[in-house]
Amino acid sequence: MNAAAILHPLAALLLAPLLPGVINRVKARMAGREGPPLLQLYYDLWKLLRKGAVYSRTTTWVFRAGPRLNFVCLLVALLILPLGRVPAAVSFAGDLVLLAYLLGLARFATVAAALDTGSSFEGMGASREVQFALFTEPALLIGMAALAHASGDLSLTGIYADWPAALMPAMALLGSGFFILFLAENCRIPVDDPATHLELTMIHEVMVLDHGNVDYAFILWGSALKLWVVGALLVGLFPAAATGCPLLDLAVGFLWLVVLAILTGLVESVMARVRLLRVPQLLVGAGVLSTLGLLLTFW
Amino acid sequence: MNHDATILLFVLLWAIGILPITGAAALWYGRWAERRAAAAGQLGAVLACVVGFFVALAGLTRAVEGHIVLPWRTPAGELALGLDPLSSFFLLPLFLLCGLAAIYAGGYFKTWGGRNPGRFWFFYNALVASMALVILARNGVLFLVAWEIMSLASFFLVVMDDTASSREAGWIYLVATHLGAAFLIALFALLGRAEGSQDFATWRAGGAAGLLFTLALLGFGAKVGFFPLHVWLPEAHPAAPSPVSAVMSGVLIKTGIYGLVRMLLILGEVPAWGAWVLLGIGAVSGIPGILFALAQRDLKRLLAYSSGENMGIVALGLGLGLLGLHYQSPAVAALGFAGALLHVLNHALFKGLLFMGAGAVAQATGTRNMEQLGGLLKRMPLTGLAFFAGAAAICALPPLNGFVSEFLIFVASFQALLATGGVALGGLVVVVSLALIGGLALACFTKAFGVVFQGEPRTPAAAGATEAAASLTVPILLLAGLCLALGVGAVHVVRGLVPVVTQLAGTDAALLAATRVPAVLSGLFLVLIAGALAMAWVRRRLLAARSVRETVTWDCGYAAPAPSMQYTGASFVQPLTHGAQAILQAQSRQQDPVGIFPAAVSRTAEVPDVARRVFFDPLFRWVGAGLGWFRWVQEGRVHFYVLYIVVALLALLGWALWS
Repeated sequence: MNAAAILHPLAALLLAPLLPGVINRVKARMAGREGPPLLQLYYDLWKLLRKGAVYSRTTTWVFRAGPRLNFVCLLVALLILPLGRVPAAVSFAGDLVLLAYLLGLARFATVAAALDTGSSFEGMGASREVQFALFTEPALLIGMAALAHASGDLSLTGIYADWPAALMPAMALLGSGFFILFLAENCRIPVDDPATHLELTMIHEVMVLDHGNVDYAFILWGSALKLWVVGALLVGLFPAAATGCPLLDLAVGFLWLVVLAILTGLVESVMARVRLLRVPQLLVGAGVLSTLGLLLTFW
Repeated sequence: MNHDATILLFVLLWAIGILPITGAAALWYGRWAERRAAAAGQLGAVLACVVGFFVALAGLTRAVEGHIVLPWRTPAGELALGLDPLSSFFLLPLFLLCGLAAIYAGGYFKTWGGRNPGRFWFFYNALVASMALVILARNGVLFLVAWEIMSLASFFLVVMDDTASSREAGWIYLVATHLGAAFLIALFALLGRAEGSQDFATWRAGGAAGLLFTLALLGFGAKVGFFPLHVWLPEAHPAAPSPVSAVMSGVLIKTGIYGLVRMLLILGEVPAWGAWVLLGIGAVSGIPGILFALAQRDLKRLLAYSSGENMGIVALGLGLGLLGLHYQSPAVAALGFAGALLHVLNHALFKGLLFMGAGAVAQATGTRNMEQLGGLLKRMPLTGLAFFAGAAAICALPPLNGFVSEFLIFVASFQALLATGGVALGGLVVVVSLALIGGLALACFTKAFGVVFQGEPRTPAAAGATEAAASLTVPILLLAGLCLALGVGAVHVVRGLVPVVTQLAGTDAALLAATRVPAVLSGLFLVLIAGALAMAWVRRRLLAARSVRETVTWDCGYAAPAPSMQYTGASFVQPLTHGAQAILQAQSRQQDPVGIFPAAVSRTAEVPDVARRVFFDPLFRWVGAGLGWFRWVQEGRVHFYVLYIVVALLALLGWALWS
């Protein structure tokens, strides 16, 4: 591991909280409002890290360990994740499977922490989370299989090493599938609404209803990191050439992430949430797009 | 090498010999000295398992290969025992789990009260000895005799509780296992026909590989519990005492996998459709298996269905391995076989853990119905901690052992997808199946852990539960530790697999080339654990100077929250079970609210096993009706039965003299 390799995880840790800021800013502008400052999440994190705590008497160590387990999973995921043309710090054949299962462990930690409160609201959110994960995971892995077949490599760094122009149609299909996954995994509209305050209709927000203080800071920071992690899988599909200078590659990758955030903000501004019962259909749609992409790469 | 094998086999034979002797001693003492009976049986079991475990470990690490033949006067039978990496590998989880279950059983039966512990230990030790013999046998007759003792001993253990439901479960198990055995007898007869010998070494497929493979799949598949032959699993496993459920699910069903793999070795070349059939079985056992697990409310029934699912994962790995052999893709073959075998070991560890944990819960609360539990993590912290680890391990989450085996199978399937043609299609089947199984397993085990251990207790029984005795918690915690160790130590585990995989795939090149991967995995797991610990420290430092208070869970300001208002297990999985109604075919009755002030409202949902309801129950009714014609043979008088025996013996004697 060299110094450049650790640059990407470090940049993600520091810059990820900007992404929700960008999304909220775009949404506000589209609605004709001024909106919160770009750095709002940084202020929130700073505030939360210095707060005292109130815990439910029902909860146990699982509730307290959940947010940090979720956070650490995303940190380790950043170690094996390339951003655009920046290679990952650690790369090996099959690291894409580890990535999928790190997201699984993060989900397990969040769901277990939610169930620890014994609240119906959080149980409901957890139930929806595991239901939707059932559809996102195959879609993600099929898409990864398509990319692996196209590049002939089983590591994320190898898969995203360069941009194959010849696979344009397949990339378009996979990209749209991944974009739906990106929205679903990050609990954005049209799957979930991060701004709602109705417990009955929420998924992610309701699972973390009882968290406060440092734990909630880990959760918010973790959500920003998840935008980065799942976004990076999509950014790799965007056209960009390796320049040979890691800092420049990283800057290009980050710019694409900001573009993705702007796109998310636009989607959230022009779309409504789909009904809960319709969400599986949307996610199966993502799976179908991935499968079509896979078929095209075999063509 | 051969010399080593002889020594190890004799040591093993002595260890196995201890088992029936101490079992018989337990039976003898059982009538009048219960304590002495339990001590004799337990001591023998633990001693034999400790010795056996280290012999198996030595056999595997040194790749010992060899056999011994002792005289045994039986037609076509020989006391031929052999040790090779495959046998050593299957012996490892056997002795490990049986030893820990024996320690657990000692505590478990303390509260059994008034019944003869000698009976339990007699059959338990016979079960352990016969399972070891099955894995060591190199002669068809010896194998079948050991197989039969194994089935009978486990039958008597299933019916140990002697209730109406356990007796029914026992009968279902007995019928299923003997139907399987019938296919095995046919298989062995066919294999022995060519050379006229029941010695494994002389057996050849000889052109009938397809038929022989089918017979092996049916015979061994009934023991493994492949769908739709799984019907006995959800009956027998919950009915048996918990240490027995752990052994049955952890190692007994694996003897079927062992038999299947041994047959693959003997048959050599299996037709390509065999690989596809295994992949199909894997998908069909795996996905409905975990769906049915999801819909259960009996904790042990849930675990039993999940065993079927995990054997499906093993079948996926084996199928991929065979496909790799067929398409000359050594990397796919080696990784597929390695994943399948490692999953056998891993499943023994975490399923043994989960069954023992379920047993501790059932003893502490008096119920296995999850909807009546809750909040046990506070009351049984050690059992809960171990169960948490087991639940994460069975969901194949890093850094635990389940991840490593599923990782190997996943990499095998991605490797297959790099190619084109049939092998890539196989890879796609495995990727989709494993991803779906993984998602459903996460739902299933967050439900099991969440409903049983988290939230508030739903009944007074759950509220009054206390931590189980040390003899119960120590084996459970040890298994949890092993789940972690085999995950973090992935690099050593995969190295240990190389000799077995070489035996199956004929090459170890691919695995050896991949040895950097487990090392990197181990490293990343350590980073994961260290990171979580570091963050715990940061959190503690940040909260040290602040006020930390406790209150109730946020309830939207509702004034009188009650434990019954919590989300139930059934409602947690309702979106999934509702979506899978076509497979599950849940039957529900409900009483709708009537009038302005409805007095009673109820809803009951049952999920009867679909294979049993649609296929086996009608089949057996039909067979039963057909056999009614022979009812006149059952006179009910002992004289006639003695006469039948004499006539049968005379006929056999005549036949023997004639030929």
